[in-house]
Amino acid sequence: MAMTYVQKVIAKACGKPSVAVGDVVEPEVHLAMSHENAALVINQFNEIYKETGLDAKVWNPERIAIIFDHRVPAESSKTATNQKKVREFVAKQGISKFHDIRGDEGGICHQILPEYGYVRPGKVVVGTDSHTTSHGALGAFAFGIGATEMASVWTLGNILNVEVPATIKVNVTGKFLQHVGPKDLILHLIGKLTAEGANYKVLEFHGEAIKNMKTSGRLVICNMSVEAGATSGIVPPDEETLDYLKNVAGVSDTIEIFGPDSDAQYVQTINIDVSSLSPQIACPHTVDNIKPINEVSGKKINQIVIGSCTNGRLDDLEAAARILKGKKVARGTRMLIFPASWRIYREAMHKGYLADLADAGAIICNPGCGPCLGVHQGALGDQEVALATTNRNFKGRMGNPNSEVYLCSPDVAAASAITGVISDPRVGG
Amino acid sequence: MGKVVFKTGDDISTDIIYPGRFMATVLPTETPQYAFADDADFNKKLKSGEFTPNSIIVAGQNFGCGSSREQAASCLKGYGLVIVAKHFSRIFMQNSINLGLQTVICPDIEANEGDELEIGDNFVLNKTTGKKFNSEPLPKARQAIIDAGGLIPYTKALLMKRAGK
Ligand code: SF4
Repeated sequence: MAMTYVQKVIAKACGKPSVAVGDVVEPEVHLAMSHENAALVINQFNEIYKETGLDAKVWNPERIAIIFDHRVPAESSKTATNQKKVREFVAKQGISKFHDIRGDEGGICHQILPEYGYVRPGKVVVGTDSHTTSHGALGAFAFGIGATEMASVWTLGNILNVEVPATIKVNVTGKFLQHVGPKDLILHLIGKLTAEGANYKVLEFHGEAIKNMKTSGRLVICNMSVEAGATSGIVPPDEETLDYLKNVAGVSDTIEIFGPDSDAQYVQTINIDVSSLSPQIACPHTVDNIKPINEVSGKKINQIVIGSCTNGRLDDLEAAARILKGKKVARGTRMLIFPASWRIYREAMHKGYLADLADAGAIICNPGCGPCLGVHQGALGDQEVALATTNRNFKGRMGNPNSEVYLCSPDVAAASAITGVISDPRVGG
Repeated sequence: MGKVVFKTGDDISTDIIYPGRFMATVLPTETPQYAFADDADFNKKLKSGEFTPNSIIVAGQNFGCGSSREQAASCLKGYGLVIVAKHFSRIFMQNSINLGLQTVICPDIEANEGDELEIGDNFVLNKTTGKKFNSEPLPKARQAIIDAGGLIPYTKALLMKRAGK
C-alpha cells in the first residue's frame, strides 16, 4: 500500500509493514519531552503507579527530555517549588536529557531538542507542549499531548490510541523576495487554511522553496503548523537535514532517511508560489486573521518582541541586527529580544548582533519563553499593542486580555522598531 | 439533562479557558478557581457554586485551540461541566477524554443560555426549543478510555497486565 511520510513513520514505530489512515495504533515513542509542566506529569505518573505494588520507574530514562523554559529563572515561589520537585524526580529516575536553568545549556525546549540532536528523522516524538510540531522540521512525527497522556507514555513507552492522520501536501515553489521568508509563508498558509483547517491532519511540506530552506526556517513552518490545527507539520528529511544533524547538532551515528511513496494518497494538495509573497501579519485575536503588511502598516506599536521557539534563532537575530545597526528604537516603543537558547545567545554575542541591538535600545532578555505566554516578563498594559515574532496572538496571550498582539517576521519587527509603527522592511530600511 | 449556563463563539483558546499566568497551578483540585479567569463575571458564577454538575457550556468551532495545557480541561471538569461544541481542537479533546471531562461534538447545535438540553448517545435535544441535533459518536478507541474511567485507570490496567499481575 502506498503511504504518506507520516504513515511510514507510524508503521515503523508499530513494527508493521503498513498502516492506513484512520487505523488506531500504539506506536513506540522515541523521545518524550516536557518542560515545567513535568510537575503535573509526575503527579499523574505517581497516580498510575499508586496501589499497584510496583516500583514507579519510567520506561526508559534515556528517552525522556525535560527542559525548563517557560518561567526561567522562576518568577514565583510556586514555580520554583515545581522546578525543585522536577529536579528531584530527574535525579531519582536517572533522566539524562535534562536542561536546567543554566547559561551554558539552557533554552526553549523546541530549540534544545534539535540543537542537541535529540530528534531523529523517521521517529515518533511527543511533547507536553502544542508546538512540539516543530520537530517535524527534522522529519520526525512530532505532536503535542497533555500531561496525563505523557504520564502514560512514561509508564508504557507507547502512545495509546493514535489515529493515523490524513495528510495535506503543501507544495512550495519559487524564491522568497528580500525580507520575506518562512514566517511569512506559514502565516499565509494559516490564513488560507484557517485555524481549524488542518485539524487532525498532518501538513507534509515539499517543493523547491522547502528544499532551499535551512533547518531553522523549517522549524518555523513546522512550529506554527499547529496554528492551522494540524497534528503535525513535517518536512521529509533530505541532505539539509543530515547536514544540520551532523554539523550543527553534532550527531555522529549513521542516520537513515526515507520519503513518502510517490503514489501516496493526500486528502488535499495546496500549491504556493512564494515569489510574489509580501510580509504577512496575523492580526488580533486569532492567528488565522492574516493580512498583507500594506493593510496594517502605520499601526502604532508599544512593544516589539523578537524571540520564542518560532523566531528566536541566530538568523532571526542577525536579520534584526542588520536592520537596527546604527539606528534607534523609536521613543514610545520598547523592544525585547529573547534568544531561543543560550547557545544562540552566545553566538549572537560573539557575532556582535546583541551589541547592535542593545546599542539601538533593545532589551536583551535571557533565553526562555519570556513574554510569549505572558507570565514572566514583558506583560502589556491595558490597550497596549505588541508586535511579536512569536506564534500566538490570542486574547490575553501576553498577560493582559485588554491588549492586542500582532504577529510578524523578525524583519518586520526590526523595521517597525525604528519607526514605532508597523513598517514594511522592504521600504526605506 | 442539563442547563446551558454559558454560550461562547468560535476559537475559544486555552488562553481564555485557563490563562497562561496560572500555569504554575497544576493539580486538578486547584485549577477550577482559574477557569475563565479573565471573564470575571462567569468565573465568579462558577466559584459561587450556583451551577449544578452537568451544567452545559455551548461553544462554536475549534473549542480549546492553542496550548496543550491540561489545566484547561481539568478546571472545567472540576465543576462537572459538559461542553457541547460544533467541534473541538485535537489536544483539548484528547485531554478531556483522558480526564473524563464530558465533551459532545454537535456540528449544528443551536442553544442559548438558560435552555435545557438532553444529551443522548447520538443526539442533543434542546428541550426549550424542541429542536433535535445529531451529535458525532466518539471513535471506539477513545470510548475505551472513557469506559475505563479515564487514562489513568486505563494505563494502570495495561501496566498491571504487562507486569503479569
Ligand atoms: S516560546 Fe512561547 S510558544 Fe514557544 S514553547 Fe515557549 S511559551 Fe510555547
